[in-house]
Parts: sequence; C-alpha cells; structure tokens
Amino acid sequence: MIRAAIALLLTLCALPALAQDSMPPAPFAYNQLDDPRLEAEATALMHTLRCLKCQSQSIADSDAPMAGDMRHQVRSRILAGESPDEIRRWLIARYGDYVSYEPEVSATTWPLFAGPLLLLLVVAGVLLRRLGKRRNDGGEAA
Amino acid sequence: MRSRLFLWVPLALFAFFAGVAGYMLTQEKDEFVESAMIGQPLPDFALAPAYGGLPGTSKADFTGGKPRLLNIWASWCLPCIAEAPQLEALKAQGVEIVGIAIRDRPEAVAGFLARHGNPYARIGSDPISEVQLAVGSSGVPETFVIDAQGVIRYQHIGDIRPEHVPVLLAELEKAR
Repeated sequence: MIRAAIALLLTLCALPALAQDSMPPAPFAYNQLDDPRLEAEATALMHTLRCLKCQSQSIADSDAPMAGDMRHQVRSRILAGESPDEIRRWLIARYGDYVSYEPEVSATTWPLFAGPLLLLLVVAGVLLRRLGKRRNDGGEAA
Repeated sequence: MRSRLFLWVPLALFAFFAGVAGYMLTQEKDEFVESAMIGQPLPDFALAPAYGGLPGTSKADFTGGKPRLLNIWASWCLPCIAEAPQLEALKAQGVEIVGIAIRDRPEAVAGFLARHGNPYARIGSDPISEVQLAVGSSGVPETFVIDAQGVIRYQHIGDIRPEHVPVLLAELEKAR
C-alpha cells in the first residue's frame, strides 16, 4: 500500500517533464497511414527528404519537431492523392535542392555527376594508349 | 624533360585540394537554408488567432496599400527575445508586422508579449508549421518582406539585430 502510494507520488513528480514538450505533434508526425501501400509510398519519400533543422538526417530518421511537421505534410498530401514526385517538387520549390536527400542533377550539381564520368573517360583514354603501345612493342619484339 | 614535369601533377593536385580544404576551414559555416520563394506570391493560407488579444491572419492581410513584414517566431524561441526590441523599432517607423507563431500555445504567446512587448498587428497560430513550410522558412525567427501585391521580396534568417533594421527598412522601401 505504502509502496503504491510512493510510486504514485513519484509518477506525479515526473509530470512536469511531460509538460515541457507542451505542443502535441502534428497528427501524422508519428502516426502511420492506415493504407499500407500509401504508408510505404510516404516512407520511401520521407527517406529522400532532408530535415531542415538537423541537416544530416532524413525526415524519416529525425526526431526534430520540424521533421515531424514535414512528415505530416508528406503523409497528409499522400493521403489527399498527391504523388510522391509532386510533393518532392513542392518542397524543392520552397527550399531548393537542399531539401532533397537524394542527389538530383540540376544547374548546380551537374559537375558532381559529370566529373567522375570525365575522369573515367580520361583514365580509359590513358589505359588504351598505354596498352595499345605495349601491344605494339610486343608485336615488334615478337 | 616533359615527363619529369608530368610527375609533379599529382602533388600539385593534392596541394590544390589541401589548400581548398584549409581555406574552407577558415570560412564561417553557413547553415542557413534560404527560401526559394523569393519573387513568388505568398501561398494561400488562413491561420486562427494565436491568442485572444489580436486577430489571426490570412493571405488577404498582405495585399493592398503597402509592404509588410511577416515575422515567423515562437514564444519558446530564445533569439526571438533578442529581436523583440528591433521589431519594436521597426513598428515605431510605421512598419506593419504580421506574426506567425510556430507550435505555440495562447497562454505562452500572451506571456511572451507581456514580457517582451507586442509589435504585431496580427498573429496567426501555426501549430504544425504548415505556413512556415509553405513559404520556405526553416526555423525561427525568420522575417519576410512582403510587397503590397502579396509577393515575397526578401528573407531575413535569424534574429534581427540592430544593424539589420536599416536593411529591412530599405528592403521595405524597395518593395513599395
């Protein structure tokens, strides 16, 4: 009896800790959509969107309140029938490429994609020349 | 002779990248995510009052007459306390400031305004950051200059310090 009373007292002491995070999260911040197919679509999309507050996490991974609000946007828009691509474009129109956690080819990012290709071409060129030369040398020797 | 020089290329490349890395280390890190909505009209929105003392706000409040400031803030945000005197100064210059309180409660908003002053003409409540995301804002406080046609003209990220007041006034003048 006394134990139960102490436990109750301690529980009450912990209430202010709960009160600190005073606002309830957005409805779809931590609640999945009922339709598993839509939820899968939403989750896949959330993994490709960057949290704006915690910039090295996707909104699917982040516990920041703003990431929760972004998840709510994603899920409620998917529920309203928008396609993942439309939602992506909606966010990129607001935050630029930055919000994309999946690399996009754009006016500023194309060198990142073109650079390695160019390097590969150069390497291939050098290799061809060297190997070609060696084969020629070999031919002469034989 | 030519091939001897060629040997230095990798070292030169390495030195170049090391130099760039060293230079970037001395630069201040810019973590701001700028809104891509500059030059775009405000999206449609309608927000309920954030507390009993002032009306809420909608897109209609930003059209007609003059440019206005849209201040995105919250009572739980510390830099918002720091920028309160600057908002007062802007209000004293005749600037109409519309607030949007992010994830806030009426009693907390009222308490903040009682402590730090109330420069706002209206304050809408945005409990799920809906309008904040729609205008491309990534934190609190942020301040947008909206022209008389309701088009977003300028974004100030972070708290408004005394040196930013003339900048904002000039941007408001430009948006006229």
